[in-house]
Amino acid sequence: MTKPLSDSVKSLKPSGIRKFFDIVSEMKDAISLGVGEPDFDTPWHIRDEGIFALEKGKTFYTSNAGLKELREEICNYVSRTQRVNYDPMHEVIVTVGGSEAIDIGLRAMCNLGDEVIIPQPSYVSYEPCAILAGAKPVIIDLKAENEFRLTPEELEAAITDKTKVLILPFPNNPTGAIMEKGDLEKIAKIIIENDIYVMSDEIYAELTYKGEHVSIVSLPEMKERTILINGFSKAYAMTGWRLGYACGPEEIIKQMTKIHQFAIMCAPTTSQYAAVEALKNGDDDVKMMRQAYNQRRRFLMNAFREMNLDCFEPYGAFYVFPCIKEFGMTSEEFATRFLEEEKVAAVPGTAFGNSGEGFLRISYAYSLDNLKIAMERLKRFVERLRKG
Amino acid sequence: MSDELLSIIEKNSRIGVNELAVLLGKEEIEVANEIAKLESEGVICGYHTLINWDKTSIEKVTALIEVKVTPQRGQGFDKIAERIYNYPEVRAVYLISGGYDLLVTLEEKTLKEIAGFVSDKLSTLDSVLSTATHFVLKKYKDHGTVFDKKKEDEREVITP
Repeated sequence: MTKPLSDSVKSLKPSGIRKFFDIVSEMKDAISLGVGEPDFDTPWHIRDEGIFALEKGKTFYTSNAGLKELREEICNYVSRTQRVNYDPMHEVIVTVGGSEAIDIGLRAMCNLGDEVIIPQPSYVSYEPCAILAGAKPVIIDLKAENEFRLTPEELEAAITDKTKVLILPFPNNPTGAIMEKGDLEKIAKIIIENDIYVMSDEIYAELTYKGEHVSIVSLPEMKERTILINGFSKAYAMTGWRLGYACGPEEIIKQMTKIHQFAIMCAPTTSQYAAVEALKNGDDDVKMMRQAYNQRRRFLMNAFREMNLDCFEPYGAFYVFPCIKEFGMTSEEFATRFLEEEKVAAVPGTAFGNSGEGFLRISYAYSLDNLKIAMERLKRFVERLRKG
Repeated sequence: MSDELLSIIEKNSRIGVNELAVLLGKEEIEVANEIAKLESEGVICGYHTLINWDKTSIEKVTALIEVKVTPQRGQGFDKIAERIYNYPEVRAVYLISGGYDLLVTLEEKTLKEIAGFVSDKLSTLDSVLSTATHFVLKKYKDHGTVFDKKKEDEREVITP
């Protein structure tokens, strides 16, 4: 009988999160610190705009690349935050979440055997998307001692003559690490020297707690070799609306739009109208949420200090990534016991790559009250482990 | 710091100085000094509790009263506003633009007491030209807080 499945799909490892999810969902009164999405509702004026679009009967396809008005607002946003100007007609595409942009971006760029450099720990979909695009993922294991930033030495060591594109996922999920301008300048120099591309996933750009987020695209000569990916999920708490975008050189966006056209047609129309409102009038909401996240971040860092738990200070996204190596367990063992004994779910660092071993991802997309209870339990757990 | 500090304690006035210091990334002494300063400047005017009286056995009736007045020479609306807000049963007095001048919020035990206040005290003031009393039937939201709504976390428990 003919085998029904594709070998490359079969070869993909299922997400390490799934197993954990199954345990947690069966457990009553467990506290989760495991989500990768904001706890805020989408601000009302944005939802209202979506409702309004439905009421007015705006229920048709938009153009493949997305509503012109939205593309213009995206360009305005990139221009005012990064001082980089994109042409809304040719250099932007609106996608179904940032995830789609990652997928079609890699598919548009990679030939069979091209190498895609992926720093880890990082978001779970880069590696599978690279494989499905026919490329070969080359993993860089980021180090805690560098605060999980990508160093020029690490990048240089990973580049070969087959390297096509570097994925640059900062602010980072799961570590919360950021790359500042000085760090990026060193990376950009190597990118240009080696004539390769960057896919910069900046979905957490607005959640930066140390100065303003700097995109690598704002550095000289980088616009022509960067695909900038962003979206509405994290900044505006719009995960369920499924809306992201990519900005980049016209020739790449054109091919991405082709894949998008055949696979997706266009991003959801209602979401696109809501997103126009988000970009036009959402700055205050972003500021309010960023402030709340930052308070929680400080609260967690302080809680770790008080329980002497080793953790570098992350300045981005809504994750902290404490080190649990002192307990002599794997991340998975630690997370499983923490869940079983204290009923708190946090994701093992290994779900985001082997270099996440010895770490735990704790999300602070939760109310302070929730975090307080979780930290009391973590403290009790850690003290019990130390006593042996 | 004061903007962020105020936005925290506006929602939770019971929070301790030590916790505030952690959330704001400041020293406790800095936070304590800032609060003292805001109190003395009259920026912080009190630390109240938001109570949903409907859930208690205590009867309370709230009315919003639109008041048209004649402003007084040299004192504008301030003098008449003061005469009204000095009554303890008056919860709030706002000077309003538009069709009338003052909006008075009144809280009493019964409807009758409100009626009494309007007819005996408010309407008889010299500068008051007219009043229109609206009774509150239900409070859905007050001070930015929605009453009677517990929000469930509907997110998937673990997501990448």
